Amino acid sequence: MQVLVCVKRVPASGGTPQLTDDGVRVDTRNLAFTVGPHEECAVEEAISLVATHGGAVTVLSVGPAEAEEQLRYAISMGADRGVLVDSGADELDPQATASALTAAIRQLESEGGPFDLIMFGNESPDAGNYQVGIRVACALGRAIVGGVKGITIDDDAGTATLHRGVADGVEAYEVTLPAAVAVKEGLNLPRYPSMRGRLRARKAELAEFRARIGTPGTPDTEGGPGAGEPVELVVHRGGLRKLRLRRPAETQSETVLLGHGSEAAPAVVDILEELDVV
Amino acid sequence: MLVLVELDEHGVAPGSLEALAWAHPIARELGEPLHAAVFASGTIPPAAPGDPLVDLSLRAELARHEVSTVHTITHPELADYSPERWGESLAQLIAGLRPTAVVAAGTERGTETMAQAAARADLPLAVNCTELERSGAPGAEGPDGPDGRSWRLARIRQGGMLLEDAELTAPIAIVTLAPGAAESTAAPNAAAEPADVPEMQSDVPAVAVERFEPEFGDRFVASRLVGRTTRDGGVSLATARVVVSGGRGVGSADGFGPLEELAKLTGGAVGCSRVVTNNGWRPHSDQVGQTGTKVNPDLYIACGISGATQHWVGCMSSKAILAINTDPDAPMVKRATYAVIGDVADIVPAVVDEIHRRAQ
Ligand SMILES: Cc1cc2nc3c(=O)[nH]c(=O)nc-3n(C[C@H](O)[C@H](O)[C@H](O)COP(=O)(O)OP(=O)(O)OC[C@H]3O[C@@H](n4cnc5c(N)ncnc54)[C@H](O)[C@@H]3O)c2cc1C
Repeated sequence: MQVLVCVKRVPASGGTPQLTDDGVRVDTRNLAFTVGPHEECAVEEAISLVATHGGAVTVLSVGPAEAEEQLRYAISMGADRGVLVDSGADELDPQATASALTAAIRQLESEGGPFDLIMFGNESPDAGNYQVGIRVACALGRAIVGGVKGITIDDDAGTATLHRGVADGVEAYEVTLPAAVAVKEGLNLPRYPSMRGRLRARKAELAEFRARIGTPGTPDTEGGPGAGEPVELVVHRGGLRKLRLRRPAETQSETVLLGHGSEAAPAVVDILEELDVV
Repeated sequence: MLVLVELDEHGVAPGSLEALAWAHPIARELGEPLHAAVFASGTIPPAAPGDPLVDLSLRAELARHEVSTVHTITHPELADYSPERWGESLAQLIAGLRPTAVVAAGTERGTETMAQAAARADLPLAVNCTELERSGAPGAEGPDGPDGRSWRLARIRQGGMLLEDAELTAPIAIVTLAPGAAESTAAPNAAAEPADVPEMQSDVPAVAVERFEPEFGDRFVASRLVGRTTRDGGVSLATARVVVSGGRGVGSADGFGPLEELAKLTGGAVGCSRVVTNNGWRPHSDQVGQTGTKVNPDLYIACGISGATQHWVGCMSSKAILAINTDPDAPMVKRATYAVIGDVADIVPAVVDEIHRRAQ
């Protein structure tokens, strides 16, 4: 089966995000980058699905040229090829991201046939728009289930069963392939890249498209890939525009130190008794 | 203004009560009536044929929120939840009604349905909003403008670490409300209305009911709900009053033994950090944080958890936090209500012993 995984380059930091002076974005000068945990699980799942059912894994990213790093990471885990849609340094709105991904997928499918399964992370860890996968699936006319933490493929029936956790249990959905899925961390434990994987990733050729903000009504792809130039995809801006970021107000209060080591146990139990839970 | 109302066995689901309370003043500011949309499948049995929504207590509840009209969406194919069918139904309802704005709770289902509807209607969607207002001079950009009206909104990013101020330009604003961002109160000037349902039986609440039946083409593509298992018993992490949570400092899967015991003694649930799930010490369903569960217990006990922001956003709604950590400078210790400095392997068993000792 042919599996496509869509990934986004995001800053990785466990601390409080620092903002640029104009407050428009997170100051990433001292940060490393990664793909979100949901997407890392998507890559892992794609690799193991292909190991079982045959086929190949393609990873696709819309983002700055540096997103190459995340594509190579996915290849080092075991993905077969990477495709970059260079959309410049500024983050696109969710409709524009979806339109860029859709255009790229149409282009890839016109060359290599349909992807049986297109995988997304449920939401990106930074923008968290919860909609890109759904928009792409709708544009392509495919079913999509979100929040998925379990995937089984039935080759003979040409279907996938998708499990997701809900407040009071688990739901199972069946989709006819080709279809799409938005997954969550917990789907699997992503592997660490092997030494051989890293070497392969370093040498891998990436396919590249370029995104150009266009006006509605123009075709999604323009110009041939002639003269070594990347194919240009025309992307449409959506109606949501980020103005600035700010930190939510935090109510800072002094921490009450109950003590050191096991001697603090009575003070802890006092609190539990106050709450009436013991 | 239209609110997508989710139902549970008690009536309007908690998130949708928040969405109604949040939407009400916005609708009033705009001078527009508040409509609700409900999927009439499953939860409400149609008592009489032809009357899609006869549940009086639900009508009374919606009336208390000054909902003037409720649109009940019914179709044989909607007996079970389906992301595509729900989204398509809502998109068709919106296309007919042309509301100024559509609001839903930022629950998993609410978000998924709104994203499906927005994609199908080719409209922008802003999720997890905390504020929404019309911007620009009134009437300056009417609904017939090329891109529609413009709105200013605030929404949460990075699981709650940051807020984003954004501008939304759309003929119809489609937004979801961040969970917990609004108080679920009845509309203030309707609060005096009697809540007693039986008494109202002769006097049916003044909510107009309109049935809406969507159309699905023969070749409509949708995922099919084929199974549902409900978790039996146990305290759920999301609703526990006490969460005993462990991080790297717990050291191993076995290290969670005393934490489990403390959770049992307090009627609580066990949680953990991402390091713990990545190490395979606990299942991912125990993970608290941005990519795990968001918890809001009365007491969150963070054992050997540093308090990285991605973890913090999952536990910051707790009423009180007790940090147990060897490092007095750990962010979790700095932000906690209470702290005990030292080794979890000493402290948690001592707390368990102390509970047993007092019980005697
Ligand atoms: C996009 C993204 C999403 C993420 N989502 C989540 C998420 O949902 N949930 C989550 O938890 N993390 C998440 N993370 C990871 C997060 O950034 C941290 O790496 C993680 O929370 C750290 O876990 P920890 O506190 O257990 O480990 P550490 O940060 O290593 O902290 C261990 C703590 O234990 C203390 N300690 C050590 N030994 C002892 C001892 N014997 N007794 C007492 N204390 C001791 C140390 O002082 C330290 O404070 C995410 C990261 C990214 C990039």
